[in-house]
Amino acid sequence: MGLTGLLGAVFNLDHVGKYIHWGFIQLSVSNAIVIGLMIVTFISALFLPFPGRRNRKEGK
Amino acid sequence: MAKKAFNPDVDAPVYKGKYAPYDIIKEGTIAVVVVALLTVVLAVLFSSPDEKAVTIKTWSNATPMDFVATAMTELDGTSGTATYGPPYNNAATGQQVGPLTLAKWMGINVNVNTANDFVVAPLSTLADQPALTTALTTFAGASSAQRASWEADYSKALGTGTFSGGTLQVSATNAGPVPVMMSALTAMARSGALDQALVTAKGFYTTDYTKPLLFMADGSFLANKAQAQHLSGDQWGMMNETGSYPGQAWLWLYTMWYQVPPFSTSWGANADALVWAFMMILTLLLALMPWIPGLRSIPRKVKIYRLIWREHYKNA
Amino acid sequence: MSTEIDRQWTTRLRKTVVEKLPPDKLLPDTQPAYVASWIYVFGVTTLAALAIVILTGCVLAMKGPLWWHLSGTGHFVNSLHLWSVEIFFFAMVIHLWGKYFMAAWRGGRQLTWVTGVVLFLTSVGAGFTGYVSQTNYDSQWISTQAKDGINATGGGAIFNVLNLGQMLMWHIVLLPLAAVALTAVHVIYVRIKGVVPPFEEVK
Ligand code: HEM
Repeated sequence: MGLTGLLGAVFNLDHVGKYIHWGFIQLSVSNAIVIGLMIVTFISALFLPFPGRRNRKEGK
Repeated sequence: MAKKAFNPDVDAPVYKGKYAPYDIIKEGTIAVVVVALLTVVLAVLFSSPDEKAVTIKTWSNATPMDFVATAMTELDGTSGTATYGPPYNNAATGQQVGPLTLAKWMGINVNVNTANDFVVAPLSTLADQPALTTALTTFAGASSAQRASWEADYSKALGTGTFSGGTLQVSATNAGPVPVMMSALTAMARSGALDQALVTAKGFYTTDYTKPLLFMADGSFLANKAQAQHLSGDQWGMMNETGSYPGQAWLWLYTMWYQVPPFSTSWGANADALVWAFMMILTLLLALMPWIPGLRSIPRKVKIYRLIWREHYKNA
Repeated sequence: MSTEIDRQWTTRLRKTVVEKLPPDKLLPDTQPAYVASWIYVFGVTTLAALAIVILTGCVLAMKGPLWWHLSGTGHFVNSLHLWSVEIFFFAMVIHLWGKYFMAAWRGGRQLTWVTGVVLFLTSVGAGFTGYVSQTNYDSQWISTQAKDGINATGGGAIFNVLNLGQMLMWHIVLLPLAAVALTAVHVIYVRIKGVVPPFEEVK
């Protein structure tokens, strides 16, 4: 693969996007994905156990 | 001095518990590496949008009649820019927040006189066109009533006008010098010379595109393109990007107010000013959160913190 | 009795700094045991993304504002810049949510919160001026739309979004300087005050 191949997009987003209409709300699917990922990341950060705290448990 | 009562939303308890090793520099280094890698992956996967800028040349070649109609509104002072008010001119008061005429108070600092700046001045830069020179002299020497009558006649005829074979055909019989001026301006626009004349009006070097942008924004070419790409204000377009890239999603709240009453209805004429005022109040509330009773207690009451510090509470 | 040396501005500054922020507070090797959640990594992630944003922006700056339209490499660097900005905002917003739900302004940390909010606004401004400095159709559309909002506040008299030179300067000089300076204050304040302790649960 040449440099140009590497520098071009794997997924071409240069076309008119899809939009979600909920009542008065209009949102591009790409923005919805970004916002959705933010919420998922936030919730995961709350629930996933945080590793590497050796002194976490009493007596350890 | 009496000790103030402990307020759980303002004061923090003194921590007397354990400390554990925590390598912040290592954490930071890992963060930089991870973000850098993720950036490269996203850039390779999705690239970035770059839709070529529109010019007055492309506009006037694609839709010449829209260009001429817009140019006419610049000349007769009825275009969006000509009637804008501050900061461009004093044709209007500008938007208000109740009695506060903020735009007017700040004054006219980006002076734009559309008839002169968008039509007459660029035409005067064209040399060796005797008919045009005569027309411009006639126009300059005429009373404003006379000009208005020529312009009205031309605007009326424009409705049935056409553009074919590279020439503008508008059958205006009482429009004085206006037909010559409009034909010359259209030819100038289609050649690209108008783009140039508008930015170089103040000299060779330029970094200011106020004039050609205002001119284009008065026409419908730029806006139609935006509509097709879902970028218009009434399409929540502020959040969107050309193509199907994610855009400025963080503007969701700001752009939302434009879609809802009363901003979208009875307050419409001053929607920009009122949405801004509203957003400033909300931003102030966010910034002053630590001092606002009620708002600052929400985190303690919704108890999401119990998840974040669950190890702490388990060990307590 | 204070000596001449004690009264020097230099001496006083050094003493204040060392007293407020001794080396082991600036670069601590331990954290309170309650600092054990993924939520804590979003501040650092925001910081890391800011670094990448600035780095890629500097590469774009080296070749000037039109380079990225004309060269494949330039376009790729622009893509890096755009996506690091997306990551930056992504992380910053989660950081904001996290700090809100911890009420992390408690215990005299109000300034950290306020500088955070100002950083958010500065970043929105930096993003906006970046979009209008792209010199493509997107910047034409965004600037001609946004002018109405800014003009309505009176801001248009001093901040002309249609003036590319002005917007580019704000984007690559003024706002990055402000963002970096505010970030320094923000993070140093966190180090001075230490990470906010959990709410006391009354059983
Ligand atoms: C350029 C953007 C920002 C950067 C680079 C940044 C960076 C950081 C870092 C590295 C920390 C310490 C680690 C941590 O607790 O996560 C921190 C703490 C904090 N940040 Fe930010 N931040 C930014 C924006 C914000 C915003 C938008 C807010 C909220 C409005 C905010 C509020 C706070 C608060 C309250 C703390 C103190 C946490 C504590 O004492 O436990 N920051 N920030």
